[in-house]
Amino acid sequence: MTDASALIREPWEDFARQKEGVSFGFWIFIASEVMFFGGLFFAFAVDRYLHTQAFRIGLQHTDLTYGTINTALLMSSSFFMTAVVRGAPAGLRRTTVFGLAVCAALGVGFLITKGIEYHDDISKGLIPGAGFPLRPDATQLFFGFYWIMTGVHAIHLFVGICLVLLIETLIVLRRLPLQSPTIEIIGLYWHFVDIIWMILFPILYLLGRWP
Amino acid sequence: MTDITLDRLPHVEAASLSYLTEGHTLGSWLLTTDHKRIGVLYALTITFFFFIAGAAISVVRLELVHPHGLFITDEEYNRLFTLHGVIMVWFFLVPSIPTTFGNFLLPLMIGAKDVAFPRLNLMSWYIFVAAGLVTLYALIAGGVDTGWTFYTPLSTFYANGNVIAAAAGVFIAGFSSIATGINFIATTHMLRAPGMTWTRLPLFVWAIYATSVVMVLATPVLAMSLLLIVAERWLGMPIFDPANGGDPLLFQHMFWFYSHPAVYIMILPAMGVASEVLACFARRRVFGYVAMIISLMTIAVIGFMVWGHHMFVAGQSPYANLIFSFLSFIVAVPSAIKVFNWTATLYKGSITLKAPLLYVMSFIGLFTIGGLTGLFLASVPLDIHLHATYFVVAHFHFIMVGGTVSAFFAALHFWWPKITGRMYPDAWARIGAMTTFLGFMVTFLPQFVMGYDGMPRRYHVYPEQFQPYHVISTIGAVILAVAYTLPLFYLTWSLRYGKIAGDNPWHATGLEWKTSSPPPKENFEHTPVVTEEAYFYELEGVEDNGS
Repeated sequence: MTDASALIREPWEDFARQKEGVSFGFWIFIASEVMFFGGLFFAFAVDRYLHTQAFRIGLQHTDLTYGTINTALLMSSSFFMTAVVRGAPAGLRRTTVFGLAVCAALGVGFLITKGIEYHDDISKGLIPGAGFPLRPDATQLFFGFYWIMTGVHAIHLFVGICLVLLIETLIVLRRLPLQSPTIEIIGLYWHFVDIIWMILFPILYLLGRWP
Repeated sequence: MTDITLDRLPHVEAASLSYLTEGHTLGSWLLTTDHKRIGVLYALTITFFFFIAGAAISVVRLELVHPHGLFITDEEYNRLFTLHGVIMVWFFLVPSIPTTFGNFLLPLMIGAKDVAFPRLNLMSWYIFVAAGLVTLYALIAGGVDTGWTFYTPLSTFYANGNVIAAAAGVFIAGFSSIATGINFIATTHMLRAPGMTWTRLPLFVWAIYATSVVMVLATPVLAMSLLLIVAERWLGMPIFDPANGGDPLLFQHMFWFYSHPAVYIMILPAMGVASEVLACFARRRVFGYVAMIISLMTIAVIGFMVWGHHMFVAGQSPYANLIFSFLSFIVAVPSAIKVFNWTATLYKGSITLKAPLLYVMSFIGLFTIGGLTGLFLASVPLDIHLHATYFVVAHFHFIMVGGTVSAFFAALHFWWPKITGRMYPDAWARIGAMTTFLGFMVTFLPQFVMGYDGMPRRYHVYPEQFQPYHVISTIGAVILAVAYTLPLFYLTWSLRYGKIAGDNPWHATGLEWKTSSPPPKENFEHTPVVTEEAYFYELEGVEDNGS
């Protein structure tokens, strides 16, 4: 805890209070993110209710294998992120550095798998528009949601990976003390992106796959 | 708040210690993290956007003098009113009071050194400027003709022009809104001075707090609906396309889930300003302080549940119409409580009719008319007749321009001495306030009448029977343009020649008046300790009414 006082920034006068404030502010940001994805889930729910059968047919054409691999990758990364968020304030430097590296690697693994899956989807012609292989037409609506939801999630994950690599570098260079509140909010963000996937996986890969 | 233990800075030193003199280079402004300087940066930026959007609608109003138009094409007409709407809503009205006076005053009013996250605050200004320039470029080069509402399928299939770029600009501006909201919420929760309890907060702080909650929770839904439009227009994802089972009405639901609360983002800070100014110039504690807080928060919450009243004629189920109509009537109750309490604050007050109070009185009057005509529109049978007519245009301009812009000018005149350290010529300011009111009434009252008679909004050509109303409205707009330009002159004049204001020219309560004018960079020499409720005016002598 030696370097805690060096971390105090204007206008805060007390480090514990500042840490609480940063974390509080980030929770508000997460509330905002929940509303962002909430709009998307709301639209999906409405259309799934209106076109239940078409959405079921669409869902049977997503690739469960890739989806499952990606779920496993992200869930494992959450374990390591928890270790980082708990270990860093306790001064466990190697745990922090190693944990962040594994998180970034698993995140990149997710994006690579997703990329391969996208490639397969494209070669199957599963892009809404003329010549879409599935019937009825509302299956295109399902795949519209599929591309937007997984795309927006992937962008969030990409941002997460960049942030993890950034603080990893700063910690290795000893530019960022382990007590910094930044580490906790990276953890919050990472878990949030995981939880979004935990909603996407069932609604895009599981719900109604087996009649 | 009379016995706040706080050392005032000596006047002589104040001049050399103010936030304005902390650095004179352009860099010292562009890289500042001082909430006061960021507030000033925002003020300059939104003033620029205000006059751009105002110029656009001036052309439209001149064009409407003749039933068949005078000098622009239909396409140009559509693009001009879209430019007016998009820039006014997202680059003036939504950020107006929160980013300028909220930024400047929130930390001062709660006795803090700065907002919770000063660097995020500066970043949000840069995001705002970038978003504004992208949007402005999209709207001027190429143009957008969808109106500010971006309704599908017009925006996704039929509209020509830069819909994607304009939507991207508004999307980016959302980040700025959210960052500001987060900053204000965290500041209010975490940085209040000792003794500044929640029930001692000035109502302006409560208003900014309620606004921030709405900003943080509503803006992301707009972001998602714009993203879906871009995905459909650019990538062909058929989310709102009926040919593939998509639902165009779904866009309206998502859009108004943001855009109705956005009305409260615009009006809640205005209500906060009204409370501060009224208490000061009536020398009375705001009547029903707790009721004012409850009604602010109630408006913020119920504001999220009334969006469906924009879709009474769009094919929404009659059952949903009934519920939304009922909830829209409900939201009028806390608004009415506020109007009654403001009136009661004036009752038996010791009133001084200075310019800020004149602006607030015109705010109350215009807001009341805007609110009452809102009840007409909340009623389903009347709305079927009035929907998409000039009645609606007049209604929301009474709220947004009559309400928010009047309150913005009230705030500008009330806190100008604090921000700049100078007094402006009050006589000119009073002329400005009355001209604004007059110009506004002449512009928008005829629009109620022609709207009720069936003049549709957004039409370029119209039947000749409506011409007299349009001509009167345009004359009003000219008066309004003069009234809005007037402060530019006398306020600029006052920067150099105005009388030195002193710490507290209005003899107002509130921590922002306990420090020097303009305040030093760190706001207070010592952290203030608050021992009294807000608006503790009763103990002050009647004779030293702010002059």
